[in-house]
Amino acid sequence: MTDQHYEWERFTPAQRLARFTIFLGIAIGFMLSLRTVEIIPEFLYDAPSQIGDLFARMWPPDTGSYAVNIHDALIETLNIAGLGTMLALLLALPVGLMSAKNITRIPALNWFAKLILVSSRSVNSLVWAILFVAVFGPGALAGTVAIGFRSIGFCGKLMGEALEECDPGPIEALKAAGAPWTSIFLKGYWPQIAPAFWGITLFRWDINVRESSVIGLVGAGGIGVALDTALNLFRWDEVSLILLCIFAVVIAAEILVTKIRERII
Amino acid sequence: MSAHSQTLRKPFPANNLARLGWVALAVYTIYALSALDITWDRFVMGLGNGAEFLGEMIPPNFERWKLLVENLIETVEIAIIASAFGITLSLPIGLMSARNLMPAWATWPARTVICVCRSFHPVIFAILFVKAVGFGPMAGILTLIFASIGFIGKLFAEAIEEISLKPVEACKAAGAPFLSVLIYAVLPQVLNRFIGFATYQFDANMRNSTMVGIVGAGGIGGTLFAAFQRFDYDFLCTILLSIIGLIMISEYLAVKVKAVFND
Repeated sequence: MTDQHYEWERFTPAQRLARFTIFLGIAIGFMLSLRTVEIIPEFLYDAPSQIGDLFARMWPPDTGSYAVNIHDALIETLNIAGLGTMLALLLALPVGLMSAKNITRIPALNWFAKLILVSSRSVNSLVWAILFVAVFGPGALAGTVAIGFRSIGFCGKLMGEALEECDPGPIEALKAAGAPWTSIFLKGYWPQIAPAFWGITLFRWDINVRESSVIGLVGAGGIGVALDTALNLFRWDEVSLILLCIFAVVIAAEILVTKIRERII
Repeated sequence: MSAHSQTLRKPFPANNLARLGWVALAVYTIYALSALDITWDRFVMGLGNGAEFLGEMIPPNFERWKLLVENLIETVEIAIIASAFGITLSLPIGLMSARNLMPAWATWPARTVICVCRSFHPVIFAILFVKAVGFGPMAGILTLIFASIGFIGKLFAEAIEEISLKPVEACKAAGAPFLSVLIYAVLPQVLNRFIGFATYQFDANMRNSTMVGIVGAGGIGGTLFAAFQRFDYDFLCTILLSIIGLIMISEYLAVKVKAVFND
């Protein structure tokens, strides 16, 4: 019988070192940023009074301008979001298939798909909108394509993950029975990924309603164009009405998505 | 024989409701395309422009790398400061809005704050903050703090609402004060998820801080928009490439950090 003591420790020294390094890195990064970022303190001191002034000019909202400038732009925003989401799904499907390791067994293609997905997500929708305004000219077409390209990363990544989680049993059965590739996809994979697919679609549409309300700031159509005009003309009472309308549409879209999700998933 | 085969269930029954849904979708697509005045001709014309645009973008122009690096550093700084404040603030706000721990008088204000932060796109906040605190990184930082509270606050509150209440009851039964209940019964159950949200939000803040500059709130977005307006498409290409590189690095770091905390 030895009376040796065992010390039970939750983490190994290497784990503790790794955690400590991360905390240290965060602290150093934070301190460095605070010291070097160019903030003018005087602007910060009078920010509350400036914001108060802004709200005073915004109130009351100019309800008369709704029928003139806002209604059509709101509908356009919703259409951009809807069409953009559809375009995104159309484009994301091949990329998702290519990124799923159990379907595409060529590492180079997996890697290429990942590159497309990351590029799509790293470029913000406003930046995509700028690019497509240069290509298609100002208007809803640029906005729709921008929303579509921005969403490829999100939809493609989630679809690829859903495909990778598929149960291989039914697929093998279909293959053994000699089913063609289209049947394997439609009857083997599709029923397994359909709930995920509709969930992704709804979620992305909800996000796209928010995004398509601002891409107009760079000229890509929708309510953002009206917002930009009102801002440039300093018509703050119209700005507040536009903001209220965007708020209402975004909340309505969210409620709609929640209700549909409860029904289908 | 035939009677027997009729009782068999069809393996893939036709779903008329789903078919109706697909038809409705097709009708909506046609309506939306016509409402937005999107035609094939315009699309093809755009592709021609696009080829020209790409031709001007390539090769990327690295002459003004000093400006580029300065802006990238400012972008990263905005993201770091905003994440630090935003994530720290969303911890108490998320706790306060968890309905299973807090009384209604605490959850309602917290939920309102989260809802207001979530309801608008960061760009709209950026516009308002540029008007309030002037051009520069301060407006961007404030914007991203709001965005972080809206996002993590909501997810964190949902995570707390899903916890098991047994440790909480045990702590309360042992007479622990409220703060101890939080630290020993609630936080250990949600800490891993909170770290996940925090790394994700840092990533999201990094992406968004490349964009708030478009409306004047600091970071590389301003330079990008200026390059676009001056038709400096080769410099635009450089900026885009550097943004993608930056995001890839931050995504890689986020994965590493999560791996350290999740084992």
